[in-house]
Amino acid sequence: MKEIEIIPEREGQVQRKGNVSAPMACNKKSAAGSVSQRACVFCGSRVVLYPISDALHVVHGPIGCAAYTWDIRGSLSSGQQLHRNSFSTDLREMDVIYGGEKKLLLALRQLIARYKPKAAFIYSTCIVGVIGDDVEAVCRTMTAEAGIPVIPVHSEGFKGTKKDGYRAACEAVATLLGTGSTEDVKPHSVNILGDFNLAGETWIIKKYYERMGIQVVTCITGDAKIEDIRRAHGAKLNLVQCSGSMTHLAKMMEEKYGIPFKRVSYFGIEDMSAALYDTAKFFSNDPTIMQRAQDLVREEVGNIYPQLQAYREELQGKKAAIYVGGSFKAFSLVRALRLIGMQTAVVGSQTGGPDDYKQLAEICDEGTIIVDDSNPLELAKFVLEKDVDLFIGGVKERPIAYKLGVAFCDHNHERKEPLAGFVGMLNFAKEVYSSVMSPVWNFVPRRQPGRAHTGMPSAQEKSVSLEEKTP
Amino acid sequence: MLDGTKAELTERTALRINPAKTCQPIGAMYAALGIHGCMPHSHGSQGCCAYHRSHLTRHYKEPVMATTSSFTEGSAVFGGLANLTTALQNIFSIYNPDVVAIHTTCLSEVIGDDIPTIIKKARDEGKVPEGKVVIHTNTPSFVGSHVTGFSNMVTSTIKYLAEKTGKTTDRLNVIPGYLDPSDILEIKRLLGILGVSSILLPDTSGVLDTGLDGNYTMFPKGGTTVEDIKSMGDSFATIACGHFASHAAATQLENQCNVPAGFLELPIGLTGTDRFINAVRQYATIDIPEAIEEERARLIDLMSDLHQYLHGKTVAIAGDPDHVIAMTQFLVDLDMKPKYIVTGTPGQFFERRIAEILKDSGSNATVKQFGDLFEMHQWIKNDPVDLIIGNTYNKHIARVENIPLIRFGFPILDRGTHRLFPTVGYTGAKRLIDEMVNALLDKKDRECDEQWFELIQ
Repeated sequence: MKEIEIIPEREGQVQRKGNVSAPMACNKKSAAGSVSQRACVFCGSRVVLYPISDALHVVHGPIGCAAYTWDIRGSLSSGQQLHRNSFSTDLREMDVIYGGEKKLLLALRQLIARYKPKAAFIYSTCIVGVIGDDVEAVCRTMTAEAGIPVIPVHSEGFKGTKKDGYRAACEAVATLLGTGSTEDVKPHSVNILGDFNLAGETWIIKKYYERMGIQVVTCITGDAKIEDIRRAHGAKLNLVQCSGSMTHLAKMMEEKYGIPFKRVSYFGIEDMSAALYDTAKFFSNDPTIMQRAQDLVREEVGNIYPQLQAYREELQGKKAAIYVGGSFKAFSLVRALRLIGMQTAVVGSQTGGPDDYKQLAEICDEGTIIVDDSNPLELAKFVLEKDVDLFIGGVKERPIAYKLGVAFCDHNHERKEPLAGFVGMLNFAKEVYSSVMSPVWNFVPRRQPGRAHTGMPSAQEKSVSLEEKTP
Repeated sequence: MLDGTKAELTERTALRINPAKTCQPIGAMYAALGIHGCMPHSHGSQGCCAYHRSHLTRHYKEPVMATTSSFTEGSAVFGGLANLTTALQNIFSIYNPDVVAIHTTCLSEVIGDDIPTIIKKARDEGKVPEGKVVIHTNTPSFVGSHVTGFSNMVTSTIKYLAEKTGKTTDRLNVIPGYLDPSDILEIKRLLGILGVSSILLPDTSGVLDTGLDGNYTMFPKGGTTVEDIKSMGDSFATIACGHFASHAAATQLENQCNVPAGFLELPIGLTGTDRFINAVRQYATIDIPEAIEEERARLIDLMSDLHQYLHGKTVAIAGDPDHVIAMTQFLVDLDMKPKYIVTGTPGQFFERRIAEILKDSGSNATVKQFGDLFEMHQWIKNDPVDLIIGNTYNKHIARVENIPLIRFGFPILDRGTHRLFPTVGYTGAKRLIDEMVNALLDKKDRECDEQWFELIQ
């Protein structure tokens, strides 16, 4: 494969540990004309709010934005499945000319009558920002008429990056806070922020806290119910996992309700344990909580450790490339990989900040390539340069990894097994093992140097008799 | 969903629930990938491009390349000229494609960016290297559907590139429609047996079905070359498959270069394939080779072997209009009863054509263009069917109503092999029968009372 240049404008967004002069030039808009792996403001808002399963999610715009986000996340719901439908105003040419407000109002009226949801989120798409529909006014009218919160989400695609979409989602959620009764919220209580219940992960984490004697008021937004979000302001502590998306909400809650927050991660033994211990320390007025946390960690780690060791023996020395949405997840993955004997050779994210990349560099080995907002050519180049055995990424990276003959693990929306918690660490190890050690890689050119295609001799070389070849 | 759909039908005037379509740009992106060495470019916000690439990747399980103008608030106010100019410069200097095929989005359409002027300006400023091709099409998301976007890109490609030198070649143009690479390969195989040399546009085989060779290639070997597209103006005829996806392009070529056009449906099923083969025979003035007769005879043999399992079975079909029209014809050939027939793409032609196909079949179907899957689900709740045929988005209905789903069309997001097996031609027809009969028999075997469970069918 021929050497690929880095787009000059992107040079500040690629670093090699041990050879870094300036902080990562991240938070930039992608260079026009690059094959960016990033999405838009709408995408940011949609993925964050999507798991709220008893709310109506209406996409105000032409059909595409609703179609591409229809039932895309494996965010499980313990109750209704309303969020798995696709509701849209499907704006047409006439609506673009005359405005879509009336259509939106009608759509909401019909939908609310049909489904009687607890709340509704109305997503603005690019076009709404340009034709100038007053979505807020429609939402106010409907709130008054229907008696449920009808909340505008300011997610016009072009108004920033995916991160701005996270922010818009936080603002939307914030309008619900403080509107419910906190009567039954206990003194030892938390909110889980930034877990989306992919493959049921929120349920695993929630059980850990409950075993420690801590009440989980709500998760925002994995398996979230509107009633629970309304009373989230009663919790004593916010635990922020997906920091990229939820730090804004945590800060708002700190300011308005005096609820402190901690950044945590539930991936890998170290980070999972630290999350539980940090929480226990916060409630140090009840020492039994720490005791229970220690018991829990001991028991859970004891359950998975022997099996992890077995995987570690097999995977020792293998190399990985990581390209994920949020940088905090990347930290955990680096550590989790180390736990199973693997080294991270390439690591990047779509939305990390300068401090994140600095911290990332600290935990990585010398020579590790660190990238912000990468593109397929770059990623392919680094994968080949570092000769990695595993790629961890999302939907757009999977086929690229496979084409290169590299194993893959989806750590994004399309994961099928829970990867959070202690049991998640074991699932992660299993998934990595099953792909990295698959015999299919023995057939790919990368692992058969000098053997192009079948590796069978040419017609001129057919002197070898069949008998000799057959064992 | 999954429990959310109620049988009670109420008037919906302003609302789309569970669409049977998506927006224009993704169709344009897919069509552009069928041009050799082409970088599709999305002139709009970053999200559009990311969504289209993800969606196509999920269906094809292949890397999908496309660039974006990455609109900002500034571009929304001042227009996308600066972004597109920078984009063109970056694309050629970094990725170096032969062709950049620009499509618009709802945002750039509403802003009113004049793409040809921007291309010309970029060329004048030397931002497009000598010998490189830049084409564009308008794909407002609030008009038509992804099929419209596909058709627009194919039509614009011809408009930009096809030339008539006056020397008619011995080649036949085939505009195959919104098909998978495996379908394109099957059409090429049939043309090979018929001994007709051809140009297919677009041709995504060799682009979105490549083998694992240890390399990541941004521009794989496949795709219709610019040279071939140019020479389409000299071909002796054009066969266009599908009213919605292909006919506009053939009309354009007919008007532009005077290439006579045959307007067909997709070669799906027995009649559809017969019509295609017959059209090739007539335009190319050839006899049908024995090999084709044999293929056809095998399909009819299969249809006779299994007809008793299919007779009278009721079907709900949803999907893209050309696919649904061709499938309806095939179901009639198979003595099945299409009962609910839905496309999300707007166009009265769909309902008219389906009515014609069903006229003598005795099938009393509910047919709807610009419909959605929610409504089809309601119809099924009121009066169920034996089979559902459609893309992955029908799986919720299939599960709730316990009706087998035959995955067909675009997109298929939950199975891995469909993209490799054609649905067109006699070969494709055999596979569709295989899937339908097996689905019906599997259900019976699974659910019937023990005394009715039979070893031999």
